[in-house]
Amino acid sequence: MINKIWAFFIIIGILYGFLTGNIDLINKEIINSAKTALDMFLTIFPIIVLWVGIMAIAKESGLLDKLAKMLSPLLTFLFPEIPKNHESFGFISSNIIVNIFGLGSAATPFGLKAMKSLQELNQKKDTASRSMITFLVMNTSGLSIVPTTVISLRMLHGSSNPTEVILPIILATTAATVFGLIMDRIVAKIKR
Amino acid sequence: MNLVNLSTLIIPFLVALIVIYAIYKKINVYDVFISGAKDGIEMGISIFPYLLAMIVAINVLLKSHIIEDFLVLLKPVLSCIKIPMPVIPMAIMRPISGSSTLILMNDIYVNYGVDSFLGKLASTIQGSTDTTIYILTLYFGFVGIKKIKYAMWVGLFADLIGVIASILVVSWLF
Repeated sequence: MINKIWAFFIIIGILYGFLTGNIDLINKEIINSAKTALDMFLTIFPIIVLWVGIMAIAKESGLLDKLAKMLSPLLTFLFPEIPKNHESFGFISSNIIVNIFGLGSAATPFGLKAMKSLQELNQKKDTASRSMITFLVMNTSGLSIVPTTVISLRMLHGSSNPTEVILPIILATTAATVFGLIMDRIVAKIKR
Repeated sequence: MNLVNLSTLIIPFLVALIVIYAIYKKINVYDVFISGAKDGIEMGISIFPYLLAMIVAINVLLKSHIIEDFLVLLKPVLSCIKIPMPVIPMAIMRPISGSSTLILMNDIYVNYGVDSFLGKLASTIQGSTDTTIYILTLYFGFVGIKKIKYAMWVGLFADLIGVIASILVVSWLF
């Protein structure tokens, strides 16, 4: 799937650019975007190293397990395939908490850790497990109660009430998450 | 405003809480941090190829302007179903590229006003969904998953619900 998407983006982009006479732009973009990727990497790399370090402390002290225990009714419902007290619950719950508070930068390392421990439980190593897909749907539906980026941009543009979008955002993101998870359940049942 | 202030408090508080609790449990916090961070270096470096691959592909697609041209074709159809036109490019770009959605949102703020109906709608769409394709390729790539099954369709479905819910909720509240 990812193979196809990647090839599709590149081939369509280059062909269409060529046909509409924008091949110059594409030519520049190929080189520039490699630089963009490096800039982005340099931004997130130290943050990942920092948070993985902090997370190691939380794991060692048992704080992650405590958090997982608190959220365990929800987690065992969403992830019936994961054995009780498995370490992935700790990573999944920290990823959820961090997303909810809008600390996007910390969500990636927690999310990657969670994926790694879900992969250990996975039977077919090249195929996504049901738990992985559920976890990703939770992440891509953008569940959050403090949308920091949007609010700071609204402040920057001189909004008279930058935070008035918080309620609609919470409602819309909850709808997306709930319906996404319901759809995930339905499709998982059908494909079984 | 208070919520923004609150969110600047969360990270320092979280870090303090983690360290204090670990000391209380008699953990050598510094040593554990260092060995964890070494793990993080490996993790950080291993995601670079996925990041590079996706950014190049997405930017090549964006610079070809095929999405804009496609939207011009779709315009008559979309205006029939009463979806506010200016937010459509945002809704389509949202799962593919976070930075270009932010630019589109910025344009809406400038052209229609940040406190206009469209400004609020754009903010809500931005805040209620995420860059699905980017998250999928990064997370699955990192653990070596090649067959992602129905993950993308469900992810995109959630994004669509997010956009529809944004339009309904913003129309209802404002």
